[in-house]
Amino acid sequence: MSSLLIVGITVFVLASFIGFEVITKVPPTLHTPLMSGSNAISGITLVGAVIAATAGGDVLATVFGFLAVTTATINVVGGFLVTDRMLGMFRRPKRPDEEAS
Amino acid sequence: MSDAARDLVYLAAAAAFIIGLKRLGSPRTARSGNLIASTGMLVAVVVTLLDLEIIEWWALVAGLVVGGAVGVLLALRVQMTSMPQLVAAFNGFGGAASALVAGAEFIRLEQVELPVETILTMILSVVIGSITLTGSFVAFAKLQGLVSGSPVTYPGMRFVNGALAVGAVGLVVWAQATQEPLAFWLAGGSALLLGILVVNPIGGADMPVVIALLNSLSGLAAAMTGFVITNSALIISGALVGASGLILTKLMTEAMNRSLSNVLFGAFGGGDSGGGSAAETGDATSTSADDVAIALAYASRVVVVPGYGLAVAQAQHALRELMTELEARGVEVAYGIHPVAGRMPGHMNVLLAEADVPYDQLLDLDQTNNLLPRTDVVLVVGANDVVNPSARDDAASPIYGMPILEVDKAATVVVIKRSLSPGFAGIDNPLFYLDRTKMLFADAKKAMTDLVSALETV
Repeated sequence: MSSLLIVGITVFVLASFIGFEVITKVPPTLHTPLMSGSNAISGITLVGAVIAATAGGDVLATVFGFLAVTTATINVVGGFLVTDRMLGMFRRPKRPDEEAS
Repeated sequence: MSDAARDLVYLAAAAAFIIGLKRLGSPRTARSGNLIASTGMLVAVVVTLLDLEIIEWWALVAGLVVGGAVGVLLALRVQMTSMPQLVAAFNGFGGAASALVAGAEFIRLEQVELPVETILTMILSVVIGSITLTGSFVAFAKLQGLVSGSPVTYPGMRFVNGALAVGAVGLVVWAQATQEPLAFWLAGGSALLLGILVVNPIGGADMPVVIALLNSLSGLAAAMTGFVITNSALIISGALVGASGLILTKLMTEAMNRSLSNVLFGAFGGGDSGGGSAAETGDATSTSADDVAIALAYASRVVVVPGYGLAVAQAQHALRELMTELEARGVEVAYGIHPVAGRMPGHMNVLLAEADVPYDQLLDLDQTNNLLPRTDVVLVVGANDVVNPSARDDAASPIYGMPILEVDKAATVVVIKRSLSPGFAGIDNPLFYLDRTKMLFADAKKAMTDLVSALETV
């Protein structure tokens, strides 16, 4: 195995631990926005899609790239937007000083 | 821009995602967290564009325009009740993007002899992405009602799926050993088929688990793509989403008292009439809106337990009106929400938030159960199995062990329901026959408006 792969695996494992720590603290009330928001984050594949769409060469590869950019953009734009729309509905309590935890 | 500078920007984007998720820890900070994460995404995409030597423009521009337009349209037009379908579709698009990127890389590098590990990550990215794609769209079709929500099974189903899974693994091994294009594409094709065949037998009631699991897979696919193009931003984000989906999957299976393999291979959920002990059938006490209004008006604490029937009847707004009226009379009100009250994790909370319920009144399972013994009236609207005491008391019950909202600990229980018919698990509910339980037989929305007008005369 190349050292590049090892670095990749290391990053993956450590990021998974961070994910578990951070996400177990998200309250059940926000689990739907968490799903749509994290889905938008997985749209980071767009970075790979942009590379695939613009590299030229094989036509089939470019078509794949176009489809990848399209689907990833739907994910990113739609995901963040709908999450924002949902979170905008969560109204502040009327009496923040009396807020129960 | 140097490679180092670009990679540092990717790191900043990954940090923005983690901060964004962290801020989802409270409704107060969540919206700004989402903004931070989306800014991170924008920066990552812009730096990629600046850094690239762009040979083909059309595919990029066309993809961004089409994808952006579709994304905006879907996000702004979706009804909150349809959120599970939308998230399923987004999962599918995410899986597709990962599979397509890896596929494009494979085509471009077909003439180059690749190290084994590169081919392996490519093919895993294609396989996981493809399963996510077709699995998500079957889930979407079931939730949207395009195909039957009941489990679809046939004899020898497990054998076929098992054989296909083994075949896919064989193709993966073959493809990574030889870099043979035929094996590569066949592996992708069998993964597409597998996604359909695995999700199709799963009943509509189990879709919350399936969506959460597919959410996790879409993250894993993105991480694999990160290995293919050696990009740590993708690896980090993919790992975060993978972890998030796994946690939600676990929470959902626990709330349903099922194991993951039981959900995936059990073909339960709807259609299955689990016998149930009808031992405690006695007389249910019927009541009227006027009597309930009096009980509510003179209570010091009222807890509502909403089920999906509430959303089906579009009664969230009427319910909130009733609760606001009670609050104005000095009654303390709260909403007790079971994890599977909606059609996906947290779904009921969003539906109530849309109806303007303040988020500090939305309580989870434990918070509600702590409050119920000190509650005067609990109002059960459109919920059934999640308040069934058999899950706690009757070891013979099919739902025994499922965590429930213990509404029978409150002083008075009012159940709003159209009839005494059992819920979709087909299990009788002894709660209905308790002395402290009063049944208000009505459609949820009509019951709410009746209660509001009855309250005016109290």
